[in-house]
Amino acid sequence: MMRKITLPMDEKTLQELTAGEWVLISGEVYTARDAAHQRMVQALENGESLPIELANQSIYYSGPCPGFGPYALGSCGPTTSGRMDGYTPVLLDRGLKVMIGKGARSKEVAESIQRCGAVYLAAIGGAGALMAQRVQSAEIVAYPELGPEAIRRLNIEEFPCIVAIDAHGGNLYER
Amino acid sequence: MRIIPSELITEKVAEAATRANLELPADILQALKTAHTQETEERARVVLGFLLENAEVARQEGLALCQDTGLAVVHCTIGLSVQVEGDLTEAINEGIRRAYLDNHFRTSVVRDPILRGNTGDNTPCILHTELVPGDGFELTVFPKGAGSENMGRIGMLKPGAGKEGVIDFVVQAVSDAGSNPCPPLVIGVGIGGNMEYAAYLAKKAMMRPIGQSGPNSDLEAEILARVNETGIGPQGLGGRTTALGVCVETFPTHIASLPVAVNLGCHATRRCRVSL
Repeated sequence: MMRKITLPMDEKTLQELTAGEWVLISGEVYTARDAAHQRMVQALENGESLPIELANQSIYYSGPCPGFGPYALGSCGPTTSGRMDGYTPVLLDRGLKVMIGKGARSKEVAESIQRCGAVYLAAIGGAGALMAQRVQSAEIVAYPELGPEAIRRLNIEEFPCIVAIDAHGGNLYER
Repeated sequence: MRIIPSELITEKVAEAATRANLELPADILQALKTAHTQETEERARVVLGFLLENAEVARQEGLALCQDTGLAVVHCTIGLSVQVEGDLTEAINEGIRRAYLDNHFRTSVVRDPILRGNTGDNTPCILHTELVPGDGFELTVFPKGAGSENMGRIGMLKPGAGKEGVIDFVVQAVSDAGSNPCPPLVIGVGIGGNMEYAAYLAKKAMMRPIGQSGPNSDLEAEILARVNETGIGPQGLGGRTTALGVCVETFPTHIASLPVAVNLGCHATRRCRVSL
């Protein structure tokens, strides 16, 4: 049985999760990938406010296919997280707690995750159709001009993920 | 002279691009099923189970297998006794445009590599043509995601490196890529020719079904065994299934050269071939 978890993730759950554990994630996440990260970090460098409040929130690295028919979004699996590494520590410092993506992270990101008591979850790369069935709603909340790379607020239900980097430094990719 | 109207080419490209994004090729699906029964690592089995479920959902629901519906590569083999009425390149791009917009596939192409800016219709595609005798016209649509494409590499080895050098180069590329290209992989390897031709051969190799016997079967089996010894496993989470198949294409080369190109494909390596 996979453990069921609701976002935003509470402090107790953040501390309990250990690398290698399967979880089913439900609740609210924001999608953001390369272009949106670049803009958010640029905004912070310019002393501007972010278009979304990051404290205790969760980011899903995904650029989905458009929705149609019964689907709020089309195929919507995770993208390669490593491309976001350079932008991630500053967002963790702003209170980001959960990241969902795929693949290994840099040493700097792993250290930031531990320092900030956050967690990095790996979803199943290339299982976008399966995930589309688990998205209940999606709306663009920032950077609509980026198309698939816009920031969207999703309500997801039981996304299968594996804890990849936990709040205590456990790292599934370092074996 | 056989005349093929450009509209027919557009229709066929649209059909093939649609099918490629919704239906995993039979050989890949079978390889995933076999891996699922043979894999010994529990975590890897869970991942493979999700991938099989995903393929089923995609086919039944008309949802793209992966949200990265890719930069479309189209390979045409055109008989010299064929005359295409109209503009071949535009006809093919129109087919891609229709498939991506009609099926709500993600548009993943930017206008300029530095300035970016999404073109909004997933065009242009990458078009390769080969001219052959006869009046046949065959095309393969190969939507290629960037997670795996970004992990490819090319090396100009010394001729003395030989077979072992080639195998080491491929295994190193797979090891360095780790979880990023969404293993279990389909690995295309181009050996020989020159720099750009080796890269082309690597992509062309991936366009044929895995597990078929051919002139390079022994080398393919040897590379596959070595890659699966790395233990990277499905999604890089460990296991014996790091690759589903290896396809090698070779070509004569210069006395001083041994070019090797490695093009990695994810577990959802998608392709659809049609004849006109």
